[in-house]
Amino acid sequence: MTRPTRLLALTLSCALFAVACSDDTSATTTDTTEAAGPVTITLVTHDSFAVEASLLDAFAETTGITIELLSAGDTGQMISQSILSAGNPLGDVMYGVDNTFLQRALDGELFEPYVAAGLSQVPTEFQIDASNRVTPINFGDVCVNFWNDAIPGDAPTALTDLTDPVNAGQLVVQNPESSSPGLAFLLATIAGTEDWEQFWTDLRANGVSVTPDWESAYYGEFIAGGGGRSMVVSYASSPPAEVMFAAEPLDEAPSSVLLDSCYRQIEFAGVLAGTDHPDEAGRVIEFLLSKAFQDSVPESMFVFPVSDEAELPEVWAAHAQLADAPHILDPAEIEANRDEWTDRWVEIVLG
Amino acid sequence: MGRDRSRLITGAAAIPAVFLAIFFVYPVATVVWRGVGGEGLTPLGDLLESARTRDAIVFTFWQATLSTLLTLALALPGAAVIARSSPRAQRRLRALVTIPFVLPTVVVAGAFSELFTTFGLDDGDLRLRHTVWAILIAHVFFNYAVVVRTVGSFWSGLDARMEEQARVLGAGRLRTFTQITLPQLRPALAAASAIVFLFSFTSFGVILVLGGPRQATIETEIYRYAVVRTDFTSGAALAALQLVAVLALVALATRLERARPLTLSTPHRTTVRRGRIGRVANGLAITTLLGLPIGVVIERSLAVGDSHGLANFRALGTRLSMLPAPATDAIRNSLVYAVVATVIALCVGTIAALVVVHGRGAIRHVFDLGLTLPLGTSAVTIGFGILIALDEPPLDLRSSWWIVPIAHSLVGVPFVVRTMVPVLRRIDPALHEAAAVLGASPRRVRREVDLPIASRGMLVGASFAFAVSMGEFGATAFIPRRADTLTAPQALFRLLTTPGELIRGQAMALAVVLMAIVGLAVFVIESARGTGEGTF
Repeated sequence: MTRPTRLLALTLSCALFAVACSDDTSATTTDTTEAAGPVTITLVTHDSFAVEASLLDAFAETTGITIELLSAGDTGQMISQSILSAGNPLGDVMYGVDNTFLQRALDGELFEPYVAAGLSQVPTEFQIDASNRVTPINFGDVCVNFWNDAIPGDAPTALTDLTDPVNAGQLVVQNPESSSPGLAFLLATIAGTEDWEQFWTDLRANGVSVTPDWESAYYGEFIAGGGGRSMVVSYASSPPAEVMFAAEPLDEAPSSVLLDSCYRQIEFAGVLAGTDHPDEAGRVIEFLLSKAFQDSVPESMFVFPVSDEAELPEVWAAHAQLADAPHILDPAEIEANRDEWTDRWVEIVLG
Repeated sequence: MGRDRSRLITGAAAIPAVFLAIFFVYPVATVVWRGVGGEGLTPLGDLLESARTRDAIVFTFWQATLSTLLTLALALPGAAVIARSSPRAQRRLRALVTIPFVLPTVVVAGAFSELFTTFGLDDGDLRLRHTVWAILIAHVFFNYAVVVRTVGSFWSGLDARMEEQARVLGAGRLRTFTQITLPQLRPALAAASAIVFLFSFTSFGVILVLGGPRQATIETEIYRYAVVRTDFTSGAALAALQLVAVLALVALATRLERARPLTLSTPHRTTVRRGRIGRVANGLAITTLLGLPIGVVIERSLAVGDSHGLANFRALGTRLSMLPAPATDAIRNSLVYAVVATVIALCVGTIAALVVVHGRGAIRHVFDLGLTLPLGTSAVTIGFGILIALDEPPLDLRSSWWIVPIAHSLVGVPFVVRTMVPVLRRIDPALHEAAAVLGASPRRVRREVDLPIASRGMLVGASFAFAVSMGEFGATAFIPRRADTLTAPQALFRLLTTPGELIRGQAMALAVVLMAIVGLAVFVIESARGTGEGTF
């Protein structure tokens, strides 16, 4: 082939490829906007969402509603994306906004109110939006974890134990500017200490280490990943997870939770304003509150179900510790002060 | 024929032009306009009043400059080795050095942290952890392949006779290198430097994890404003600043690349021997720099409790509760995406490179600059841009399967363009004439002279495009995607965000599989050169 012919062939094959692409795209688009017949509901979630395919299949069979999942990054990314695309939402239902981000999502007018029948099984402490724009689905506590065999002194029982010189150089936390558990722990100290600024000044003096995210704290510096520190900000679900995924079977969890340090994160779902299928979207919310789904959340997402009906898996019942009175702040207060708090935190801890 | 060809090239230019316009220019312009539209330069002015922003801007430039210089210094000996090896050894070396390229930052950061601890570099006088050195070393680790391969493949096409003559005439080794070899390599050096600089300029995970919590760059500040604070105005102002800076840098790089069109082209392998010291030093650099972190990942993937074995690899076929499907499905998804993304990048990139070299008028410069920009543009800008610009039929791509490979190819195209342009430009008209005089038909000239030379750049670009997609760089991080087509890096990330020794072992096993696939794929792509010559 001469060069012109070759170039022509190249151009043609690329064009064909492009046509093939666009064909497929339009097919998907019509699928999702079709009004008659079986409906597809797009459920926008953060990246940690997971569900058994069999549950989705069963739901589709009984209701005729196919749930398509769209992952939109971590919770912060999902909320910013949704605020940017408000009015022409990414999907019909959003799952995963938590109480630290809730006010931002509500201010962005992302949701339409929906009163779920399943709420009757949910304790009122979780129902923090009075106008039902969001429905609680699960909760999980962010707590300081410690490795039982590696702590230098006695097991800590209070937040202030973390500033005790015996625990110098033991704690690793996440930067609240870039990490959701990091922010939750900052909120726990704001709610749970007399003077949080002094507390963090003391923590810094006691050699606290800061990482940008959970992975580099838990797997980078905490002893579980081969690091040298024995205390880390993680979740109440981490000790049972260590048992579930231990290389050799364990009788006891190797780590424990400092119950005084726990901040309660509640995750919500809501019908996205602008959906073409508000009724079907509501049924998806009911699905998320159904016993089958609620039973599955511990093992698939390492969080606790909000429904009273749900049963915890055995490993969880045996090894999970939950604080009786976890710290929690009002979402509106968080949104109003977040930037100021984190700026101050940066000055104290990193400045 | 000349005019026909030129017209045809200009016509074919429609493909890269449309690609660039729809998937880059329009989304990025939309998002920047929406953020700062009515307010002009005011938001940027406000930002520049804060010391934090000014420090971040200064730090961005100097760490990217240092990273580029350091990568060049360490990788040039590697490029020399590649240039002077046998074709078979070249293929192996190329595949080997490309492996670091696909490792997710979080895995690499973990490996480096472990090495720092092992060698006592995490604290004390020789502390590397949370210093700018950690950032620089990681940037060299990731970008080593870019220099070795871009420069190496160009180098192996240089005529070594000039060097030999210089040596015969009494020039020392160093003098021969600086006065004969280096000037000839300039186009490839400029191309490689541009890529390394842009990668370091927009580096995100490395800065956050290895640099420590005090380091900030333009890229991390864009993220902080746009994502953490939903302050889209400040985010867009910084994104605009980033774009302007990158545009200026790419303009500079392309000028350097063009500065001296070199016309030496027949691959003529030399038997010049490099000193043993050089070889040993280079081998040592590769082993410590690339080998140690990779070794740590491999060791971790094999660790099962207190012993070692393949259990983590076998377990990849079983679905874990936090994944929608077994990790092996995610690997398959990634492979499909990577193949599609590579095809798109090759189509768009090859045509664009031909236009840049043979086309006429302003369009060549537009492609030369424009198609490199995505490499230096924040993932937040591209992701959010696509989100708000391509949100309505006929172009509602937000939940389309295609958006992932397209976004991957957005980063792959610059590689194809940047590696092909210097190679194409070098094809010597005199060589055509010589071949014609000797009786070769124009067709045969193209097949036997142009194609082997051009395919060299194309295959380097293709293997990078593939690796970029398998490792998921930049652009895709902020694009919503269908959960049923989870990719291997995403699965890896999910595993790494779950506690438990087994899970961590499987995450490392998955990282090793990713490395193996890319090593193998690059090897196969490179081998295509031998058999594919003349067929296309």
